[in-house]
Amino acid sequence: MSEFTEHDLRRLIRISVGVDDSVDLDSDILDVPFTELGYDSLAVLEVAGRIEKEFPVSIPDDDVADLETPRKTIDYVNSKLASTA
Amino acid sequence: MTAPRQDGPAPVVVTGLGVMAPNGRNVEDYWASTLAGKSGIDRITRFDPAGYPVQLAGELRSFDAAEYVPSRLLMETSMMSHLALAAADMALADAEVVPAQLPEYELGVVTANATGGVEFGQRELQNLWSKGPDHVGAYMSIAWFFAATTGQLSIRHRFRGHCGVVVAEQSGGLDAIGQGRRVLRQDHRLVLVGGTESAMSPAGVVAQLPTGKLSPRTDPTRAYLPFDADANGYVPGEGGAILVLEDRDSALARGAARQYGEIAGYAATFDPRPGSGRPPTLRKAAELALADAGVPAGEIDVVFADAYGIAELDRQEAEAITAIFGPYGVPVTAPKTMTGRLYAGAGGLDVITALLAARDGVIPPTINVTETAPGCELDLVRERPRPCEVRTALVLGRGHGGFNSAMVVRGAHQQAKEGGDN
Repeated sequence: MSEFTEHDLRRLIRISVGVDDSVDLDSDILDVPFTELGYDSLAVLEVAGRIEKEFPVSIPDDDVADLETPRKTIDYVNSKLASTA
Repeated sequence: MTAPRQDGPAPVVVTGLGVMAPNGRNVEDYWASTLAGKSGIDRITRFDPAGYPVQLAGELRSFDAAEYVPSRLLMETSMMSHLALAAADMALADAEVVPAQLPEYELGVVTANATGGVEFGQRELQNLWSKGPDHVGAYMSIAWFFAATTGQLSIRHRFRGHCGVVVAEQSGGLDAIGQGRRVLRQDHRLVLVGGTESAMSPAGVVAQLPTGKLSPRTDPTRAYLPFDADANGYVPGEGGAILVLEDRDSALARGAARQYGEIAGYAATFDPRPGSGRPPTLRKAAELALADAGVPAGEIDVVFADAYGIAELDRQEAEAITAIFGPYGVPVTAPKTMTGRLYAGAGGLDVITALLAARDGVIPPTINVTETAPGCELDLVRERPRPCEVRTALVLGRGHGGFNSAMVVRGAHQQAKEGGDN
């Protein structure tokens, strides 16, 4: 398990917090803030918890606030994976 | 065209109805089942009840919340809220309200709740116990608690005015409507009120066992028999109702499609502590509600009973009714014999049932009761619906722990005669 991909994030979002009717999760959302996608801080916390269960990373609650967009989340997780590799 | 305003505030009217009941998943299906005496009570299917002392419940069988609730919301809410979200959509559609066209801070939500999102909480606690704290979802923090439904309705429909929750077991549904009326009289235009419950998990049922009030029987026709000589407890149920309340001036101003009737009177009381020697106060609540409505007892056409299904509590309710109306002095009914005890879901559903009874001129039946218990001198409408002009109804609710509430509901026809327009 070398990398956390955009595909992984979409999949985990779908199974953990669902998708708002007005949002197309498969469109180019990498730099769209989670708040604009209908996800509040609790939803991002839930997604972070789901990532921790599948990938060997730990995401402290304090860091969750910095995961403002899908890209920031993917980069954050991959940097953690790299540092523990 | 507005009605001539008398001294008091504008009447509070019901302009939209939403129902999720074990015997009907919308207003008209529920009403058709209720008049046909069709019960939603059967053996529990949501979990295997074999090892439990309660075998029956009024479940919403094969209910698929995804039909009613977007996936995003589905994940963060419990079944009780799924039912409320569905019922609220129906009520708003029925009222033909477009909330975005109204000032958002004049729109409120008041629901009642008694059992919380207990099936959601049980699932997360099982995760905690079997897998560890990392496996408890973030939504455990919001989904289970009593105010969750009000919060989610407020967010979903952008109702940003007064929002609250009432916790008073089965009297709570009436209290929520009473509180909604108070909010409308202050400075609101429209309030969603009512309540829904779903305690259909082992933890939800087991939590009620210490009261000793649940029926242990397995025959759905002999389990929940309020006012019957063979009464042996109540059957738990899930579901409830959401109503749209408006003050009549606001309803007329926006051109409301219809008015089902008026919330004419409301009162709540709390019983003295056990052993005090003082009498219970359901009668007082009913008298205060009648006084609040300015309606003499003789004008009440039907009483919707709380109908506990326990001999002593049934007798208390019968005595309260008889003290006001005289022995066999008013038709009494308990359509909840077809849904089971819905806790905070019951008040809203009973009020809707009363409004439909007024609309159609028929009192729905109390099913399965065969022999009225000694001391219950009630004209109980049994077996079949009774055609009868229903202008004004009294709805009673009692909550475990000493809560009593009463509401006087006036049908739209009567309201039209008195108000001069409708």
